[in-house]
Amino acid sequence: MDLRPLIGAVLEPPHDVLQPTGRGTRSSTGAGRRVVAPSGIVEFEPAEMTLRCGAGTPLEEVHAAVAERNQEVALPHGGTVGGALAVGHSDVLRRGRGPIRDTVLQVRFVTAAGTEVKAGGPTVKNVSGFDLCRLLVGSHGTLCVLGEVILRTRPRPMCRRWFRSEAPPEVLTARLLRPVSVLWDGESCWVCLEGHPDDVADECRRASLAEVADPPELPGGGRWSVAPSRWPEVAGTGRFVMELGVGVVHHERRADPSRDPVTTSSVRVRALNDRIRQHFDPHRRLNPHVDLFGG
Amino acid sequence: MASPPLVMMQVIDELRRHLGPDKVRTASSEVSLYARDASTFQGEAGVVCFPTERDDVVAMVSACHRHGVPFVARGSGTGLTGGAVPVDGAMVIVMTKMNSVLSVDPGERLAWVQPGVLNLDLSRAVAEYGLHFAPDPSSQQSCTLGGNVANNSGGPHCLAEGVTSAHVHAIEVVLPDGECVVLGGEDPEPDGYDLRGVFIGSEGMLGIATAVCVRLTPDPPTVRTLLADFGDVRQGADAVSAIIAAGVVPAALEMMDALCVRAVEAFLGIGLPLDAGALLLVEVDGAPAGVAAQAARVEEVLRTHGARSIRVAADDAERALLWKARKSAFGAVARIQPNYYLHDTVVPRRSLTGVLSQVYEIAQRHDLQVMNVFHAGDGNLHPILVFDKRAPGVMDRVHAAGTEIVTASVEAGGVLSGEHGIGVEKRDLMPLMFGPDDLAAQALLRDVFDPDGLANPTKVLPTGSRCGDLGHQPEGTWI
Repeated sequence: MDLRPLIGAVLEPPHDVLQPTGRGTRSSTGAGRRVVAPSGIVEFEPAEMTLRCGAGTPLEEVHAAVAERNQEVALPHGGTVGGALAVGHSDVLRRGRGPIRDTVLQVRFVTAAGTEVKAGGPTVKNVSGFDLCRLLVGSHGTLCVLGEVILRTRPRPMCRRWFRSEAPPEVLTARLLRPVSVLWDGESCWVCLEGHPDDVADECRRASLAEVADPPELPGGGRWSVAPSRWPEVAGTGRFVMELGVGVVHHERRADPSRDPVTTSSVRVRALNDRIRQHFDPHRRLNPHVDLFGG
Repeated sequence: MASPPLVMMQVIDELRRHLGPDKVRTASSEVSLYARDASTFQGEAGVVCFPTERDDVVAMVSACHRHGVPFVARGSGTGLTGGAVPVDGAMVIVMTKMNSVLSVDPGERLAWVQPGVLNLDLSRAVAEYGLHFAPDPSSQQSCTLGGNVANNSGGPHCLAEGVTSAHVHAIEVVLPDGECVVLGGEDPEPDGYDLRGVFIGSEGMLGIATAVCVRLTPDPPTVRTLLADFGDVRQGADAVSAIIAAGVVPAALEMMDALCVRAVEAFLGIGLPLDAGALLLVEVDGAPAGVAAQAARVEEVLRTHGARSIRVAADDAERALLWKARKSAFGAVARIQPNYYLHDTVVPRRSLTGVLSQVYEIAQRHDLQVMNVFHAGDGNLHPILVFDKRAPGVMDRVHAAGTEIVTASVEAGGVLSGEHGIGVEKRDLMPLMFGPDDLAAQALLRDVFDPDGLANPTKVLPTGSRCGDLGHQPEGTWI
């Protein structure tokens, strides 16, 4: 995929503040001139289980393309591939499918200085050099403009079903082998199982689960990241849905965030983050309004 | 050996006063022992230190930082790329005495471990909970978790489960200036960049891990292991691609070629077919119905692609035997020649057949024998050049053939390394895969963590792409 138009957009005068943008579904509009990554699937190789596409490709296009070959990609729905990777949030199936950072095999990106850089490699396994791809997932467009990515795909499971249980979380999770998702709202649990239909039915019986059509609606106030063992502390924080075994808590809007169950980063980790940002974008052109530590 | 330079004497004195003489060793036997790892490279250690707790590591690294002395962390030294070889009299910090499993949370399926814990010991320690650590390098009986983190290690069962990076939540790290931080966390989305992710696989160049929070994987309730025999290596390679294309991702999918089969059979005598062109070891695991369905699909694909016979392990003992055949390959090399050089590249699965043909052609042209035993499911080739190093000029041929194999893999759309890392061995081949701007970005990351370039200098990044390090090559470098 030719990234020269993207480089041109980054270098176009005036050399002002830039806002790497997909469809704007994941972040509020900040200041700055919008730059949009190229869109389109360049190559999908089902037998390799890899897909190469522009970062500006709508996720629904990717999901539809891989579904045609009975595969899936562990990215959420809505917006663009680049947007999902820049924000770095998995969907509620993370317990089984892993974090979305593990979906990325290779990235071609454009720096704030208009330089094209490649990170990672095209194969499903690769330890050649430092893993810059990990650095970019969840970087909120502060280090570069994502141009083209190679993603890992995987076979679709034979079946995937949602269930509900009123058992206490610690009792329920001890009964389950490898659930794809376990959600808890303080009263009930929702469980997603996948695999062979007979195995799913067996596990459903053993854990006394009742099938439901869908997972619960998630509160839209935001998400906290807490150690999964801290699940009892989340009770009493208002309406929430917690991903058990993962630690993402979807919560409602909070009037008093001072009592939120958040995990704070050390001063030194913040300093390392600042140094990385300074090294990769010394003139603070890329999403300068973004505070990586949410303050 | 020559006396250490004055500055190193100062560091040694300082550390001995602070930590005692047992942890700071300069005996020539120890210094020479730790001047190399499992690769062919020979380095030079100035002092060898044995920390037993995090604060020891802080003291050692801080002293290096204050005096501008380079340091190299190492575990068991099983690495094959010279990643743990000290250069220019560096301090070697041996992590093997920090070998405790600190805590296990079976409910949340995680554990905190010190970096000197052996890979297999961790799985043994959590076996009572029905859990294990999924990455299983062939060296798992002797390699350490710290080494696994440094190299982002893989193993046969990483095909379905992913390599080390997918199994680490957090790492306590002593940075190259001696400060201690925790990268990542037990929580899933710590604020800021994924520093945990960039540390894993950084080959000791961003700091030293002093504790690791690992994800544990439940033992599968059902496992089925099949051994398929092909008359021709190309049929076996084609069957690998076909299995994946059929929508099956086995737990493991390993291949041995004809020479390897003969060597292993001579070594173990377990009834492997001596006329086989290739053997495929396929394992599927999980819940019973899924395993049965996947195994049936795999058998169908194997037969369609010309499998002459398929042996299904009847019980755990037979399964262990089939795996023993796979894992004994390196020991069996001695049946053929006294020495070997193991390579590690990855190619797209569709290119397996073509690149394997090139590997045979390259070896033949250099008058070398080659055997292949590898993680076929993810295209991770491990050509083993076998030779007698006493033969005049043989090392030149081994090195030349190695470079050609790596080049052929990259030209086929592959990568330099799937699980062994870059180290010294492939450092100067990095430009095959990365341009100057790509390498500059990696050097930038290094500079963030280690502006003085003291942590394991001269590895991974070729000279010219780094900030500050001089590109001194250890003796034995072949590229």
